[in-house]
Amino acid sequence: MKEIRLMKGNEAIAEGVIRAGCDGYFGYPITPQSEVLEYLMANKTKERTGMIVLQAESEIASIHMVYGGAASGKRVMTSSSSPGISLMQEGISFMAGTELPCLLLNVVRGGPGLGTIQPSQSDYFQAVKGGGHGDYKMIVLAPASVQEMYDFAKLGFELAFKHRIQVMVLSDGAIGQMMEKVELDEQVPRWTDEEIVKLHPWSTTGKTPDRERNIITSLDLNPVKQEIINRNLQKKFKHIEETEVRFERIMCDDAEYLFVAYGSSARICQKAVSLGRAKGIKVGLLRPITLFPYPSKELEKLAKQVKGMLSVEMSAGQMVEDVRLSVNGAVPVEHYGRLGGIIPAPDEVLNVLEEKFIKENLLCKTH
Amino acid sequence: MQDTLTDAQICQPENMVYCRTALMTQAPLSYCPGCGHGTAHRLIMEVIEEMKMQANTIGVAPVGCSVLAYDFLDIDMQQAAHGRAPAVATGIKRLYPDKFVFTYQGDGDLAAIGTGETIHACNRGENITIFFVNNGIYGMTGGQMAPTTLPGMKTATSPFGRDTETMGHPLKITELIANLPGTYFVSRQSVHTPANVRKAKKAIEKAIQYQKLNKGLNFVEIVSNCNSGWKMTPLESNKWMEENMFPFYPLGDIKVPK
Amino acid sequence: MATVKGRIVIDTERCKGCQLCAPACKEGTIAMSKNLNSKGYQFATSINDDCTGCINCALVCPDGAITVYRVKLN
Ligand SMILES: Cc1ncc(C[n+]2csc(CCOP(=O)(O)OP(=O)(O)O)c2C)c(N)n1
Ligand code: SF4
Ligand code: SF4
Ligand code: SF4
Ligand SMILES: [Mg+2]
Repeated sequence: MKEIRLMKGNEAIAEGVIRAGCDGYFGYPITPQSEVLEYLMANKTKERTGMIVLQAESEIASIHMVYGGAASGKRVMTSSSSPGISLMQEGISFMAGTELPCLLLNVVRGGPGLGTIQPSQSDYFQAVKGGGHGDYKMIVLAPASVQEMYDFAKLGFELAFKHRIQVMVLSDGAIGQMMEKVELDEQVPRWTDEEIVKLHPWSTTGKTPDRERNIITSLDLNPVKQEIINRNLQKKFKHIEETEVRFERIMCDDAEYLFVAYGSSARICQKAVSLGRAKGIKVGLLRPITLFPYPSKELEKLAKQVKGMLSVEMSAGQMVEDVRLSVNGAVPVEHYGRLGGIIPAPDEVLNVLEEKFIKENLLCKTH
Repeated sequence: MQDTLTDAQICQPENMVYCRTALMTQAPLSYCPGCGHGTAHRLIMEVIEEMKMQANTIGVAPVGCSVLAYDFLDIDMQQAAHGRAPAVATGIKRLYPDKFVFTYQGDGDLAAIGTGETIHACNRGENITIFFVNNGIYGMTGGQMAPTTLPGMKTATSPFGRDTETMGHPLKITELIANLPGTYFVSRQSVHTPANVRKAKKAIEKAIQYQKLNKGLNFVEIVSNCNSGWKMTPLESNKWMEENMFPFYPLGDIKVPK
Repeated sequence: MATVKGRIVIDTERCKGCQLCAPACKEGTIAMSKNLNSKGYQFATSINDDCTGCINCALVCPDGAITVYRVKLN
């Protein structure tokens, strides 16, 4: 029998990282995700698993603490919300350049600037296209439930170390703050220092006589070598695109119209699918779980089947660009978004779908 | 007979009294002729070798002329973003409390862009060691004004001399952090004469030794030359340093354990 | 009466000709060569037998180019 608890999304991921054998968390408070640091502190992780939790002086310091820990082979993470994640971009870019594994959580709030503390999905571009300088990507996981907040802690660390890459859980204020029941699993033991030496021979753990020194750097002044380094990075991203795509199909098999949505918006759209089906509209939902790598191939397939796709996001239209790239003009793709921290209602998005595709078509037929 | 000892007879391994420590790699240093960075590197490595700490040491290189320190120091090292070395070292040390963790930083790195990271690592009393090479200038980028540049001193970005009215005053960050309860040992040294090298090495020894006590952050500033940035010969730069830098940045221990 | 005798060996390829070692030597043992090494630096060289092996020159050499030997006489 699995242990079940009623938890907030932010608490669930905090519990998730403890149970995933996380070694260190470094973070700075910001709404709507301060519960992560608070939960970890209240849980006396040092006594529970030996996990270190430190409140840093800024998000900049947090991410560079993560860099130091990750470069020494530890499972480390930070969490923040949009303005804080912007500050972390320097460190994330350095971790991309040094191929360091880590877990990052962005509980997105509205922007630009200080914006609002209400939920938003307006950091999609920053997360998916590489928010810092240089040619890089990180794996981006989009939870749509409190259970997934919990699950993506462990999955995130697994993917991070499997590919030596940064994994971002791109959540939002709604998922972070809502309460649902969560199934918890067994504690994964933290790696011992000896295990780290064996598992991550690249990490800086102290140069022993049996090996050359380990250096973690993103610098190479030789353009020929730097190009090779960059090409190898791109190869890795390509490999990830081929092997790590995750998505959920909801009522897609016979769908004539498709919602494409992730996170909170996907939950709204799932409800809209039920409403639509009750009205006799054959509508489905494709929910990307990984935003990088993006389920482009799945959308390409669905484009052969549906008459239109509506990308629903709490943004002015960011993911819609990837939907369009995926279907490459094969079907009309529209966007619907609410900004400023407003979550659209299911009937609202269904109406938009009907207006954009179905009513328009009827109109065409009568002319 | 003794006077007729040949060079070959004298230059035997058993008679060797000084050579570059084996913990410096074979790579030629990338520093300008006469630059104090090289001596500072060597002293740190000598102490790590003498204390047999190679396997237990993790170093953090900054952005600055010593960005490539990891090419010269035969230890595990991480290269940090500009100014962030104290945060990086905090991350390492918190997760490896038994390792010796140090940063090596210039004055632009430590006292300008990294001021926040420096002060807070010191204030938290992180059990790390910081080696701070203060040459009063941004060496790497071509001799621009640093927070430590002296009043009136000419640099690429203060071509008529640092005007404190508009460009601010030189920052004595070492005195500043010595005032924080989190620092344990704070010392200012130089490496331009044999006597100063000997004193600097003693301070480096302490700063490394004390880390084992877990009493807080240990900090050694090395006031150094940047003959390229200062546009002088190495000998001139050392003289200029004695006459101008030392009065403003006086050498000696600033905070010693009771 | 000298009771020790020293010798220095300068790695002329590592030497950058910065001249810091010369004034560090009280015995006046070091001067700059007229010759250049492969990198074009005028390297340091030993010019007399008065070296006492005090290691002062080696201590200030930023490039670690000097190795010092010393023997005790009698
Ligand atoms: C974020 C960022 N800003 C600026 C630079 C450019 N930069 C490289 S080194 C440097 C100054 C280094 O000066 P200092 O720390 O005094 O070291 P020195 O070279 O004098 O030893 C600057 C501004 C950079 N690399 N990264
Ligand atoms: S520029 Fe200045 S600090 Fe940099 S290596 Fe040359 S002398 Fe040294
Ligand atoms: S070891 Fe001492 S005496 Fe000998 S050359 Fe060097 S400084 Fe001069
Ligand atoms: S100090 Fe070293 S590098 Fe400079 S001239 Fe002497 S031997 Fe050469
Ligand atoms: Mg400097």
